[in-house]
Amino acid sequence: MQSMLLTIALAPLFGAVVAGLFGRQIGRVGAHTVTIAGVALSLVLSLVVFKRLAFDGAPVFNENIYTWYQIGSYSAHVGFLIDRLTAVMMVVVTFVSLMVHVYTIGYMKDDPGYQRFFSYIALFTFSMLMLVMSNNFLQLFFGWEAVGLVSYLLIGFWFKRPTAIFANLKAFLVNRVGDFGFLLGIAAVLMYFGSLDYATVFANRESIVGKEIEIFSGYAWAVPTVIGILLFIGAMGKSAQVPLHVWLPDSMEGPTPISALIHAATMVTAGIFMVARMSPLYELSETALAFVVVIGATTALFTGLIGLVQNDIKRVVAYSTLSQLGYMTVALGASAYGAAIFHLMTHAFFKALLFLGAGSVIIAMHHEQDMRYMGGLRKYMPITYWTAVLGTLALVGTPLFSGFYSKDAIIEAVHHASAQGGAAYTYAYWCVLLGVFVTALYSFRLLYMTFHGRERFVVADHGSDHAPLAGSAPAPAVSSHGNDHHANDKADAHDHHHGHQPGHLEHAPHESPWVVTLPLILLAIPSVCIAWFFVEPMLFGGFFDGAIVVAPAHDVLAEMGKDFHGVLAFALHGIQTPPFWFAFAGFAVATYVYLFNPAMADRAARLFAPLVRLLERKYGFDELYQAVFARGSLLLGRGLWKWGDARLIDGWIVNGSAALVDRSSGILRWMQSGYLYHYAFAMILGLIALLGAFLWLK
Amino acid sequence: MTLPLILFYAFGAILIGSALAVVTARNSVHAALWLVLTFFTSACIWLLLHAEFLAIVLVLVYVGAVMVLFLFVVMMLDVKVAPLREGFVRHLPVGLLVAGVMLAEMLGLIGFGKLNEGGALVDAAAAQGLSNTEWLGRTLFSDYILPFEIAAVILTVAIIAAVALTLRHRPNVRSQDPSAQAAVRSQDRIRIVEIASANKETP
Amino acid sequence: MITLGHTIALGAILFCISVAGIFINRKNVITLLMAIELMLLSVNFNFVAFSSFLGDPAGQIFVFFILTVAAAEAAIGLAILVVLFRNRATINIEQLGDLKG
Repeated sequence: MQSMLLTIALAPLFGAVVAGLFGRQIGRVGAHTVTIAGVALSLVLSLVVFKRLAFDGAPVFNENIYTWYQIGSYSAHVGFLIDRLTAVMMVVVTFVSLMVHVYTIGYMKDDPGYQRFFSYIALFTFSMLMLVMSNNFLQLFFGWEAVGLVSYLLIGFWFKRPTAIFANLKAFLVNRVGDFGFLLGIAAVLMYFGSLDYATVFANRESIVGKEIEIFSGYAWAVPTVIGILLFIGAMGKSAQVPLHVWLPDSMEGPTPISALIHAATMVTAGIFMVARMSPLYELSETALAFVVVIGATTALFTGLIGLVQNDIKRVVAYSTLSQLGYMTVALGASAYGAAIFHLMTHAFFKALLFLGAGSVIIAMHHEQDMRYMGGLRKYMPITYWTAVLGTLALVGTPLFSGFYSKDAIIEAVHHASAQGGAAYTYAYWCVLLGVFVTALYSFRLLYMTFHGRERFVVADHGSDHAPLAGSAPAPAVSSHGNDHHANDKADAHDHHHGHQPGHLEHAPHESPWVVTLPLILLAIPSVCIAWFFVEPMLFGGFFDGAIVVAPAHDVLAEMGKDFHGVLAFALHGIQTPPFWFAFAGFAVATYVYLFNPAMADRAARLFAPLVRLLERKYGFDELYQAVFARGSLLLGRGLWKWGDARLIDGWIVNGSAALVDRSSGILRWMQSGYLYHYAFAMILGLIALLGAFLWLK
Repeated sequence: MTLPLILFYAFGAILIGSALAVVTARNSVHAALWLVLTFFTSACIWLLLHAEFLAIVLVLVYVGAVMVLFLFVVMMLDVKVAPLREGFVRHLPVGLLVAGVMLAEMLGLIGFGKLNEGGALVDAAAAQGLSNTEWLGRTLFSDYILPFEIAAVILTVAIIAAVALTLRHRPNVRSQDPSAQAAVRSQDRIRIVEIASANKETP
Repeated sequence: MITLGHTIALGAILFCISVAGIFINRKNVITLLMAIELMLLSVNFNFVAFSSFLGDPAGQIFVFFILTVAAAEAAIGLAILVVLFRNRATINIEQLGDLKG
């Protein structure tokens, strides 16, 4: 078991090292072969592990592999804790990662950084596996930071684009804020438990109940609440929850495969996974759970709204991801950890599918990402279209699709939780309910704008057709700023598109090669049907018993389980509940507005102009952070530079000490004349002074 | 006013006068001679203080050896006195000021009013029935034997150092090298060379 | 009657004269050396005085050693002076500023 687990973790690392360090020697084919082989090996072994744990009833594996260091009574280990929660994550991570690896062959085929890219994504897979397989907080933190680092590298993969550099810096800095909280949380755990091993901490979890800590004197806080909130701040950074969500949309500057792998399916779910893993601690604090649920609900609704006004295809999907992460967080806050993990899993599949589908469209459109220049692509790329349809149906929660089960379970769980108490849960319930409508609206908007309607792009072959673009599309001048950058900077990364006009294609769009469509198909399958097999055990069947702890008072899933009568019945019941009708309403509105009556979208936009402007500015978070934190730290940095560095350190300490030595040695040099009588004179003066001192003392 | 005190004042006056003459003398030879007088007078005062041995040593060592050495050096070096006297007047006020301040401080420490107070001379040697020399000798060769021997080493080192400092080899002076002379062998002096005769006689 | 005060006052006067001598003869090494000998003499004066008035032989023995070391010092000092004059053809201290950096 141990060697198998080591292989799972290290095979991608091996691929990453080989592809990264010897990429030039092994070439493109070698690089993708070695990394895909590593990840495929991991996937196969993960499936074996999953089978053993889930079906053969193998015991939980919890062992330390290697002792890093030992200080007093505390020792830091590298170890694996493999239970069903971990096994699910391992399968999801390696599966999506493998799909993305294969997909990348097609997506990045013209890119000069091909080997580097494969090295990064394999390294990411390793980091993510270390994160989920960890059996202690320190290794968790290592994985946490490592995925952050790889994310940074990948967002800035096209490092010649200023926007990419801006975005990866932003992602890194925003994540630092979250990581700071996370680190404080880990420190608090170490302080109160004296250990960072999960098993020890969870076994002693009752010991912190009732303890209080005074962070500011006079304000006592319950220790479980403090630990829970601090750890959750880390999750907020990594899982892009309001108000630390700002990095995720900008991270779309990276290549599409990593958007699918990191910023949709796996890394951003690390926060969700972490909170689920820490469920024994979170169950101790109602306050922390309420905090989690409010943040999650806010994210779920309000970031979805932004998705309505985005025109960049990837950004729409990115905001959708934010919204769905909000759903997972809400589930965590409602103590429905199983539902959160279940949604994490289904979301990983269909969101990766949607991202890769968007990538496929982008390939076809020659790296044009603005949906206003798309339309009618359905007939050019049927596979992409149909897989995207399946992904969208899963995302909006169509009954029988996997997303339906997970999302419905979350909404139902919050409903139950709100019935038990707390305004926070009521607020969350309404947020997620409205969120369903919004999700359906932006999802179908994306589908219609991309694949249906008139073709709003111009193919160079039809030379005469350089007429103005389709009337319904707004002029490019008012497009959101992300696209402007993109249109300008794209040329740097892709030389063969030099001087390219937006919406002007050299060739008609065509279906992508098989390495792109195969992952789409393979991802579409679980997007549709994974829930059929896992909805019952994961949500109600005690699949995660032992891995996730829920206080009986919070156990909303168990309550829902009483009414569960099978997969089909669940779907039939779903049709009678509000979420389905909200989703249907979203679908209807989107269909009417974007498919049949495009002019209405403009009218609506004019009618709600202030609201649209608010959404287009993303509630002003970016401006706020830019104005307060970025400018504040710039001012601070400049102040420190001018005063602290230039004046204090350079001026006084460094140059000052040199000047002091210079001046004092100048005096000494003047005194050391080399003439005997000067020294004699000094001696005699000293003698006089000494005699004077004696005289004075006498 | 006893005789020793009168003598003390007289010798003291001579001492101060000759010391002043030493530092103000225009000529180094004169200065050295004034210094000789200073030492002599000091020896006399030491005699008054019952330090007979040191008084004699002062005369023998200083006047007899050191001052003669000074005179030798002064005469050996062909020193032009005039430039060395430059600034004499200029520095005189400072020198006097410093010396005056120091003297005032020292006398202040001794106590101006107490110059005439204090006990009488203690002739410890006579009290033990010894002469001053014997009294010193007993102490010197018992308690201070190690310092005494170190002093001897210091003198030896000083002699060798003085010789080493002033010794110089002159390249153009012819001199003998006795060791080289003694080490000569006959082979170094005579070489027998066989010369083939011009007309060989065959037997 | 000779008192201790008389003798050490005489030593102090002698010392101050030699200090003044060092000041005013700042160019002539020979005179400087002589002034230093005077200074040593004044110190010896104190030792002898204290020894005699306290009846302790240590002071006079110290003077003995001082005389020894002073003799050695004078010998070496004069030797240096000779070497100096041989190399520089002067004993003017103002021209001996080689140690100045």
